[in-house]
Amino acid sequence: MKILLVDDSSTMRRIQKNTLASLGFTDVDEAEDGQDAVSKVGKTAYELVLMDWNMPNMTGIEALKAIRANPATAKVPVIMVTSESEKTRILEAIQAGATNYIVKPFTPDVLKEKLDALEK
Amino acid sequence: MRSDLINPFLKATVSTFQTMVNTVPTPQAPYVKAEPSLTHDVSGIIGLSGGAKGAVIISFPTRTALQTVSAFIGLNVTTIDADVTDAVGELANIIAGAAKADLQGLNVTISLPSVVVGTNHKVTTPKDIPSIVIPFTCSHGDFVVEVCIAVTEQK
Repeated sequence: MKILLVDDSSTMRRIQKNTLASLGFTDVDEAEDGQDAVSKVGKTAYELVLMDWNMPNMTGIEALKAIRANPATAKVPVIMVTSESEKTRILEAIQAGATNYIVKPFTPDVLKEKLDALEK
Repeated sequence: MRSDLINPFLKATVSTFQTMVNTVPTPQAPYVKAEPSLTHDVSGIIGLSGGAKGAVIISFPTRTALQTVSAFIGLNVTTIDADVTDAVGELANIIAGAAKADLQGLNVTISLPSVVVGTNHKVTTPKDIPSIVIPFTCSHGDFVVEVCIAVTEQK
């Protein structure tokens, strides 16, 4: 599975990349903000995007909306991975087309569970 | 001291460290900071706006910061570099994000993190907003979380 990790924190990208590798997912690219993510999703056929919410230049929710608005990328699964944990925020993301939602802090088991759900 | 404003940050700190840093920090008695007398080496700062204004600040001595970040990223770090400052900012971000969900009735927005590095620096917060210091001890050393918060609107 080709995955794009989007987070302005290099720490979170590293942690998620290591977790994905431990789960057998090694084909992983990185993006530093929403703008970078939209650009990369437009050029590469990713099978999953893991998207942070609060980022400079373009937020994760803005990037999600841009990905969904483009017919060429509208169906790419996007899981929000964010510290935004209020129900209203989760609802906002689902309404914007998020495939699933992971709240930080999270354990590797949570990420595995969401990936398993995606593959079913 | 309004416990309904402070407890979410205390709970979020314990939960974040337990989940992401593999240690369970023990909170000590919180106290009101009278003046910026505390000194730190590394501080991660998140601004609060919307339904509440202020900031949440997590501050470490160098040794605790290095040990905490090593556990957080799964790699032994020995000097305060860009990786460490990024990790401290992310810890502050996760704590603030988790806490704001528990700030019931308030529509709080959190800023992107800022990180201050400097031996024995002091963090000054606005005088018109009460600032509560929560000291913690954990297997990586001692650190503090400072919650400077005032409600601006209530639903």
